Amino acid sequence: MSPTEVLIQQLLNGLTIGAYLALIALGYTMVYGIIELINFAHGDLFTFGFLISLSLFRLYGATGTLVGFELVWLFTTVLLLTMLLTGILNVVIDRIAYKPLRKAPRLAPLITAVGMSFALENIFANWYGSSQINYPDFFPRVDILREWFQMDTFVLFTTQDLLLVGVTIPLMIGLRYFVQRTKLGKAMRASAQNANAAAIMGINVERVIMTTFFIGGALAGAAGMIFGNFLHTGRYLMGFDAGLFAFTAAVFGGIGNITGAMLGGLIIGLIKAFSDQYLAAQWTRAVIFAILILVLVFRPQGLLGQGEAEKA
Amino acid sequence: MSHMLELENVHSFYGHIHALKGVSLHVDEGEIVTLIGSNGAGKSTTIRTISGLLNPRRGTVILEDQRIDGLPAHQVAGLGVGQAPEGRWIFPKLTVLENLEMGAFSRNDSDGIADDLAYAFDLFPRLKERIHQQGGTLSGGEQQMLAIGRALMARPRLLLLDEPSMGLAPMLVELIFETVTNINRQGMTILLVEQNALMALQVAHRGYVLQTGEIVLGGDAKELQTNEQVRKAYLGEE
Repeated sequence: MSPTEVLIQQLLNGLTIGAYLALIALGYTMVYGIIELINFAHGDLFTFGFLISLSLFRLYGATGTLVGFELVWLFTTVLLLTMLLTGILNVVIDRIAYKPLRKAPRLAPLITAVGMSFALENIFANWYGSSQINYPDFFPRVDILREWFQMDTFVLFTTQDLLLVGVTIPLMIGLRYFVQRTKLGKAMRASAQNANAAAIMGINVERVIMTTFFIGGALAGAAGMIFGNFLHTGRYLMGFDAGLFAFTAAVFGGIGNITGAMLGGLIIGLIKAFSDQYLAAQWTRAVIFAILILVLVFRPQGLLGQGEAEKA
Repeated sequence: MSHMLELENVHSFYGHIHALKGVSLHVDEGEIVTLIGSNGAGKSTTIRTISGLLNPRRGTVILEDQRIDGLPAHQVAGLGVGQAPEGRWIFPKLTVLENLEMGAFSRNDSDGIADDLAYAFDLFPRLKERIHQQGGTLSGGEQQMLAIGRALMARPRLLLLDEPSMGLAPMLVELIFETVTNINRQGMTILLVEQNALMALQVAHRGYVLQTGEIVLGGDAKELQTNEQVRKAYLGEE
């Protein structure tokens, strides 16, 4: 592998990792934007998406690579169901652990969020066991550059990478459209900026909060499923790591800022890929957090944040 | 005939502070009624109690024939109570147009909304010039225009205006009060809370004087203007 090929490979890796981190980061940032809560259980929704999609595939009886029409409809159905169920789970988490504390001091829901995370992780451990979980190649794996384009290169970009990008980017575009253009999306931004003002406009802020939790959960669920189809292995604690990186991405981009979360995800993904390659994987966390600290020292509001008043 | 709005013996608390101590007042259809009083008298608390941002501990709030005390704010808004709150509460990161659209949140009649948008721009041409600007970049006067325009976008039956003149230059105050009179002439019922008692009593039909959470005086606006007690306390005469 030539140095150029290594570089290109790591760019591709960074973008794919960044894409799913960005999906998770969006959930952190949207919930923070509207109720100023760091939903520490959010990373575990990623695990839930991984596990529930695997269960859904198994429920149907799928064991190996899908092809043709079955691939299209089964994959789409499982993706939509995974998003739906993970979204509902996040709404339920809010109902149980955060909603009763809406008017309590901010530390209280933070503690219940940590508790919720532990509870979910233990449920997952009982559900799927505590060892590594193998996620089969449901989505076919083709080396695109070599097999489709007959290129003689060591750079590996498979249909599974393409899947990751192909699911992530439309979801992000869809989210941006929803938040910027639709009535409910505008109500979401309005509620984030001034909840009382939104209420006297006739906006049911609690319903907006519920929608926010649902969307954040659905995105994390989608991330968990495509992660499974991309890396094929997971564990009941996998959401802790992914959540930590995604949360970092959200803070990096400016917590509460949706575009910032997408950008932060991509940047953290790239840093991770380059650090894994050119330093060593065991240094990656240290590098990421060192950069985070530097960013926060010089720009506490994050890359795209605009201070305290800026939300959503 | 029932009143458009009626408060009866309303007690409200801000935390542990007994902010309203048995307030009773009413507003009839087509009226401008003003609530005057000094800082901390409970004027804004009265507004918040009506709009549902604050629930009264005791007493009733009736809109036409329906009790609205205890309802959440978004339901009160849905029943036809529009509000331009103290401090304006513009959505700083939404454009002028989006702010106005939020005012019409409970409505689905796109034709009617378009009409009311045109009406708001007619009242305040400045807003039309700034249509795609973010709310937070407007001047204080423009924000007040936007707050009133936004409240009107709901096509409310009752409009609550809380300190619309606060912090504005005299010329703008004049403009705002002129607009209030105009809106009222076209049939809008208005409850106007003001520290600027002189201006408020000039445009209002009736008025109430609020002092430390209690209504101490009420009656015809013209009579209140000449009332000795009012002149001393609120119109700055010795």
